[in-house]
Amino acid sequence: MSIRHQTKANKEGQGEKPHLDFFLFLPHLLDLFSLLHSTMGLWSVRSRLAHHLGQKMAYLGALQRRSWPLVSFLQLWNPRPSELVGGLSSNPINRCSDRRFASIKAETSAAAMDDRCRYQVMDFPGGKVMFIPEMRFLAESPGERISCYRVLDDDGQTISGSSFQEVSKEIALKMYSDMVTLQIMDTIFYEAQRQGRISFYLTSIGEEAINVASAAALTINDIVFPQYREPGVLLWRGFTLQEFANQCFGNKSDYGKGRQMPIHYGSNRLNYFTVSSPIATQIPHAVGAAYSLKMDKKHACAVTYFGDGGTSEGDFHAALNFAAVMEVPIIFFCRNNGWAISTPTTEQFRSDGAVIRGQAYGLRSIRVDGNDALAVYSAVHAAREMAIRESRPILVEALTYRVGHHSTSDDSTKYRPVDEIEHWRTARDPVSRYRKWIERNGWLCDDAESELRSNVRKELLHAIQVAEKMEKPPLAELFTDVYDQVPSNLHEQERLLRETIKQHNGDYPPEVPV
Amino acid sequence: MALRGLGRRISIGKRCFSSASEVEKRPRDGKQINLFSAINQALHIALETDSRAYVFGEDVGFGGVFRCTTGLADRFGRNRVFNTPLCEQGIAGFAIGLAAMGNRAIAEIQFADYIYPAFDQVVIPRSPQQAKGLLLACIRDPNPVVFFEPKWLYRLAVEEVPERDYMLPLSQAEVIRQGSDITLVGWGAQLSVLERACDEAAKDGISCELIDLRTLIPWDKETVEASVRKTGRLLVSHEAPVTGGFGAEISASIAERCFLRHGLQLEAPVARICGLDTPFPLVYEPFYMPTKNKVLDAIKATVNY
Repeated sequence: MSIRHQTKANKEGQGEKPHLDFFLFLPHLLDLFSLLHSTMGLWSVRSRLAHHLGQKMAYLGALQRRSWPLVSFLQLWNPRPSELVGGLSSNPINRCSDRRFASIKAETSAAAMDDRCRYQVMDFPGGKVMFIPEMRFLAESPGERISCYRVLDDDGQTISGSSFQEVSKEIALKMYSDMVTLQIMDTIFYEAQRQGRISFYLTSIGEEAINVASAAALTINDIVFPQYREPGVLLWRGFTLQEFANQCFGNKSDYGKGRQMPIHYGSNRLNYFTVSSPIATQIPHAVGAAYSLKMDKKHACAVTYFGDGGTSEGDFHAALNFAAVMEVPIIFFCRNNGWAISTPTTEQFRSDGAVIRGQAYGLRSIRVDGNDALAVYSAVHAAREMAIRESRPILVEALTYRVGHHSTSDDSTKYRPVDEIEHWRTARDPVSRYRKWIERNGWLCDDAESELRSNVRKELLHAIQVAEKMEKPPLAELFTDVYDQVPSNLHEQERLLRETIKQHNGDYPPEVPV
Repeated sequence: MALRGLGRRISIGKRCFSSASEVEKRPRDGKQINLFSAINQALHIALETDSRAYVFGEDVGFGGVFRCTTGLADRFGRNRVFNTPLCEQGIAGFAIGLAAMGNRAIAEIQFADYIYPAFDQVVIPRSPQQAKGLLLACIRDPNPVVFFEPKWLYRLAVEEVPERDYMLPLSQAEVIRQGSDITLVGWGAQLSVLERACDEAAKDGISCELIDLRTLIPWDKETVEASVRKTGRLLVSHEAPVTGGFGAEISASIAERCFLRHGLQLEAPVARICGLDTPFPLVYEPFYMPTKNKVLDAIKATVNY
């Protein structure tokens, strides 16, 4: 939606109805009051004003086709230059400026406001702007943090008045089953690393709802560019426990042919771009992929995941900007779990999380309770629809907590309190919260629960056994896939290497077939 | 110079071509044209023959600052030939994603200089005592410096380190061991591998001179050259891939300087024991690494050349 211009006042204050300028801000599923309440720090409005604006908005029929209400921004009250004299409180113009900074005073007469506060419009590259003779700095942060969308309370009850995307019993149960599977998978693989059977692992504990519910709201045609804490998305799409285990052990059935560390999963079949260790590199990749989808007119979007730390990378900035300019169908999903290894978000950025940055790039954004499976599902469902229908990027910030250590190479008790971790592991567990909702619907009984857990455990232990025994890929795979054909310099290096192996066989691991 | 990146795969060296046209030894027809015109022609052909090819980058829409993309946007449309925001990492990342979806992504980086970090100095310590002194020197140096810290040494290397404030000189190599038969040059973690190779070579009666380069750019050519003039043989070893690795630079420089000089000359070609030209692998890591045995074999081969 482009910014519309505010016209000059007509004579005798009989102004035509002012056209409100609109600035695309962020979609909310809450009512208009809350929406206006979360505008940038300059304006904190009260219900009367909200009503006034609501009427103005309804007047502009163009908005009706939008599913998200838009909010008026800065241009409502601007004093005319001729009136900028005198002291503070008596001058009607200064009442305008008082209002700009006064957080709780509502205006007295909306009409009078419009009269006094019109300005000339100036033309610059980039479009028309209103000017003001008073110097005003935008506050560094809005008066309040952007609100967080949630549907289920801590006890798994749907909050009255909440709106969310309905989910069938079948999908709801699959979501639960996959969240449980992810939890068990994480526990067992973590243990396997501790036993020295695999070299590395990282868990997604605490982020099961983010993983599975977001995946459930997508289709298989939506291409996923993960960071590394989203194996649940792959699980939802049908990656088997055996496939996970094969990659962790780097055996000959690993699609990555033993080249990468554990958890670096990927699947062409399931439209899941292979995990790569460097942070945030996947974000601009996803934008390029989204552009391709748009050019090919596919009914699909790209989805990329990253953490709070990832938003500090230049690639994050580059990607959001490119996506907005090129108008591509993409969901940027930020897992704000509070920690980037040992760095808390207070040391990561000074903005209000990631959601607030969407607007800076011209992106719609939403903040959601990442531990609320239904909220995550609904938000991603809506975001996907918008992204594809309108060919635009959407930023979703899910607030959550990283319950596990960063990885098996980390001991997070070194930098955060144990009771904080335990609190989030138990009282704020997304899986049990969601379970309560399912149970309330009568969709789950205790027997099914324990049977599920026991089956998953068995299947996983078996998969690990099989994966561990399987031989590694042959040495030749060290030199393949660097280029599409093995070039002469690599042929030569392979030849020399094989000679060395003959001389010093004991230097090399016997489980790699030469 | 400008840099052009091509997807789907990086095209290097002699490999098979996916287009239908034959590779000619030397084209016999055509007009006299300059470089940017020739590039422009190639881009026109590329976009014409592949509907999934895209050209993008800074200012390519109007024809580009070097005129290489003239006429492309008019002919193929702004969907296929378009400007990007001013951001090389964005251009590169976007290109990769586009290519991953099966398109031919032709990304223009306006100046290659913008894609490479500006290395003025590169320094790398072999041990704790070295690390402290070199890092203090780097920090106090008025030039930008890239200081590499070998992860492997973080815990394993233990040494007596003075508690006082001290600095070690940059761009000065250190001869760690005196020797007469061959000069070994390395830096960082690789020195411990070279030390062990020296010890074993000594058992075969080979006397090795071991040099820690410490600063890679700019590097202490004089120290290395003086040593090679004494021994007549040189071996360089590093973990990084051999092609274009720093060993190549040392090898070429010493060959220039020591090929034939004052009656002394290189008795054997410079040996390089380095990593392979592949991404660093997991399961195959032991095969990739420049091991003590690989170094030892090369020492013997060089001495017996």
